[in-house]
Order: sequence, then structure tokens, then C-alpha cells
Amino acid sequence: MSNSNTKLHEILKSREKEIAADWIESQEASGRRMTPNERQEHARQSREFLGSLTTAIQKGDHSDIAGPAWEPVRDLLTDFSGSRAKGGYSPSETASYIFSLKQPVFSALRKEFERDPAVLHDEVWRATVLLDKLGLFTTEAFQKTREDVISRQQSEILELATPVVRLWDNILALPLIGTLDSSRTQVVMQNLLDAIVETRSDIAIIDITGVPVVDTLVAQHLLKTVAAARLMGADCLISGIRPQIAQTIIHLGVDLTAVTTKASLADAFALALKRTGHVVVQQDDRSQTAGR
Amino acid sequence: MRVLESESIEIRTSEDIVLVRQAVRKRAVSLKFGLVDQTKIVTASSELARNTLDYGGGGSVSVEVIENGIKSGLRLVFEDQGPGIADIDLALTDGYTSGNGMGLGLGGARRLSNEFDIYSKPGEGTRVSIVRWK
Amino acid sequence: MERIPILKMGEYLLVTIQVDMHDRLALTLQDDLTTQIVKHRARGVLIDISALEMVDSFIGRMLASIASMAQLLDAQSVVVGMQPSVAITLVELGLPMTGVRTALDVEKGMKVLQDAIAEAGGDGHAGSRV
Repeated sequence: MSNSNTKLHEILKSREKEIAADWIESQEASGRRMTPNERQEHARQSREFLGSLTTAIQKGDHSDIAGPAWEPVRDLLTDFSGSRAKGGYSPSETASYIFSLKQPVFSALRKEFERDPAVLHDEVWRATVLLDKLGLFTTEAFQKTREDVISRQQSEILELATPVVRLWDNILALPLIGTLDSSRTQVVMQNLLDAIVETRSDIAIIDITGVPVVDTLVAQHLLKTVAAARLMGADCLISGIRPQIAQTIIHLGVDLTAVTTKASLADAFALALKRTGHVVVQQDDRSQTAGR
Repeated sequence: MRVLESESIEIRTSEDIVLVRQAVRKRAVSLKFGLVDQTKIVTASSELARNTLDYGGGGSVSVEVIENGIKSGLRLVFEDQGPGIADIDLALTDGYTSGNGMGLGLGGARRLSNEFDIYSKPGEGTRVSIVRWK
Repeated sequence: MERIPILKMGEYLLVTIQVDMHDRLALTLQDDLTTQIVKHRARGVLIDISALEMVDSFIGRMLASIASMAQLLDAQSVVVGMQPSVAITLVELGLPMTGVRTALDVEKGMKVLQDAIAEAGGDGHAGSRV
């Protein structure tokens, strides 16, 4: 449907003031209490949206809001939804912002075309289809903002869940807790490599005691991490290999022969100390260290 | 999905491969990709540019800033009018190569990208496109 | 023709790659290094790639070739200073370069070289075996 058939933009322009006033009033009635400042900001936003909407209908195909003529409108709605999502509004409240525009628009249309029911019918239909699409777009933008927040929180959790610990000079430990999927592996590799650079460590002990399942994929991720550390000049030891995991690894045919593995973190630490030229001495007579 | 910006670079010499890398790096930086993501797409572009030169007899790449809904990304489309690839699956297998080299180009570029598409037929040239989303 | 400079330090050759190399430049480096190893009877080669923001399969292969060729000429080699994002990308690419000795920086690299040379037969001259 080309826009030459619709008079919607003309009506929005000629009756702009009354539509805007009606709309703002209906928002206030259905929405939250607003301070005078919020009300003013709200009114300004609404008028800006109406202006942008009018221009877009004039320029572009009003049945396709994905086109380039609608970009300013989409941007406005994206910003609006984004701030609503962050402000704790619900998706319905956010979409209602658009839907509440229907009433004022229909009133304006009716006043304009009351003598011509066929035209009125067409224009009302076009307007409702358009506003429905815009309302749905608002909901999608809202969801995307929420998803972004969730994914940012997820990566923060990932970061916290993959600490790299400096056990001793030149020796790092990486106690993995939980599953090791590909996105987590990226975080693990980055944290480990950054720590190798920062501490100039020669050995990293990856402890998998806290990794419940080791399948082919997890094994591949582990091997990738070991390979990446090696490229930075650090050797990796893998510790925490439980009996079940040892069986699984053999059954799967995963080749861990290039990596030194130890059953416990303690054993791995002892080996790491040895490799880095450290010797641990136990003092024989404790009484010598008791205070006098 | 929309293409916001696009630039085309000819790939005729090995110096052009460097130009492609630099152009891709520049775009990735301006799109504020993380450092690892930047390096991945720059490396993938180097692999594919080299393929275009060595196996395709030269061609071009289109570096495109794209947007899908609310996410944005970088798409690279490599095209050549070379002999084309008879067995794409085989070509994607690591270690496979029809010439000199280790044959990591296609498979490697795919692993380094979020999306990978290839169209190639003997006698019809080759078109490879990769996408890295932000 | 542009070349990447190779520094001689006693029995060692030092190369610092600071430019985004095009393929021909990389091959020239490979040739130059092998020539210099023989000319100076070098025992160790240290390649510093800390300035490289990208290593693709071509450069990776070149580094591996240099390591192999050096070995044939009785010289040990080490690649130092790989950036974390490059290491992660290389592993994802499928090129872990397992045949190449690596170290975090020049200091550690020299130690690795010394150990490798000692292990390879110590104080004999290049090429001599008894």
C-alpha cells in the first residue's frame, strides 16, 4: 500500500495539537503519577514522537516500519523502551504508550471523515495496523534491553566464577567450578593469559575438581586453554581428575598425553614447585619456633 | 538486516592482503569490538583474502557494517572469478589443501566467525561471507 | 627492498617483527634468517613478536618453518611475546604451533634458548657431532 492513499500524515499534522494534548492526557490517566518535570519531559517526548511519526508516514510506506524512512521513529522508540526497561516499567506499560495513541488519532479521524464512512474505515484500519506494529516493535526493543542487561550480568558472573590465583612465584592456579562451555572458555582463556602476563608465571595449574561433567567438548576446551597458555610460554598442569573422569576421558579417546595431569591440586602444586626450582623444607623441631 | 556502510577493496597482490587486514581492523575498532573479537575477524579476513588471491586468482572483498534488529556487526564478503571449488565439504576439512599450504583458510575462518557462508561452483568462481556480531 | 633487521648478539640472532608483514616480506625474513644462522654459526634464534597484533596461518607457518630450519642447522629457536588475543585466536584458528618453543618475553626467551642449547649438545660448534 503506497502512502499516496492515506491522509493520515495530513491529519496528524493539521490536528497535531489536539492529538498531542489528548494523548498526553490519556497517558497520565492510565499511567503512573508524574512530577511536573516528568510530565513536561513526557509531553516533549510525545510531541517529538508525533512529529517523527508524521514525517515517516509522509516519506515512507506506512505498512513497513523496517524501511529507512522509519529509522528516526525506530530510534526514538528504541531509546524510549530502553529507558523504560531500565526504569522498571513493564513491557505492557511500555507498549501501552503507543497503543494509547489510538484513541486520540481515531477521534481526530472521525472528526475529519464523519461524512465519509468508507474513507474513515480505511484510515482507521491503516492507523491501527501501523500503531500495532509500532507497539510490538517497542516490546521487542524492551526485551532486547532486558536481554542485554542479563547477558552483561552473566558475563560479570562468569568473570567472578573464574578467578586466577597466584599460588607462589611463577605458579598460577585456576580452580574451575561448574561447566565449561565455549563462551566460558573464552573468559577463562582471557583471564588466564592476562594473569600469565601480569605475574610472569611459568606454570598454571587448572583444577577441575569442581567441573561435574567432562565430555569431549569440555576436554577440547581444556586442551585449547592449555595450548593458548603454552603459546604465552607457560606450561599447564591439570589436577582434580576424579576416577570417573579418568574413565570417561579414556573411553572418549581424548588424548591428554601431552598434558601432565595430577589427581589433586596439592600434588600438582608440589610438582610445580619442583619444576620452578623450589624446595620445601619441613622444620624438624617445632619447639624451636615456640615463643619464649 | 540492513547494510549501514560498505567499502570494497581489490585483492590483486599480497600487499593487498595487508590492506584488507588494516581496513577490517579499523572498522572493528570503530565498531568498538573487544580486542579478541577484533583479532579474530582480522585474522579470518587475512585467511580469506589469501585464499582469494592464491586460489581465486584475485578478486575483491566488501567490508560491510550491518545491523539486524538491534544488534550490529561486521560482514566481509570475498568474491573471485577463479576456478571455483568442486567439493566444498572437503575444502572445509582442516589440513585439506589443493595447493601448497596447510589448508586452514576456510575452516579456520569459519571457526573464527559467528556466521559463515560459501557459494562456489567449478567455473563460477567463489563467494565467501563471514559475520562477526558485536 | 625492505627487510626485517636481524641483530647478532654473540651466538644469538635476535629478530623483532614490528610491521604488519605481507607474505613476501615474511618469506624474505625466512631466507635471511637461515642465511645468517649459517653465516654466523648461530646457536640460538630469538624472534620477538610482541608488536604483532595478528598472526594468521601464513605467519604461523613461517614461524614453524623457521624453527624447523634452524633446528636442521643446529640452532635452537624461541618465539617470544605473543599477545593474549593473538594466542587465543591462533588456538581457535586451529594452529597451536606445537613445534615452536615459546616464552613470555625476551628475558625468559633467552633462558629457554640457553637451556635448549645445553640440552642439544652444549659446547660443540654448530654442525659438529662426535
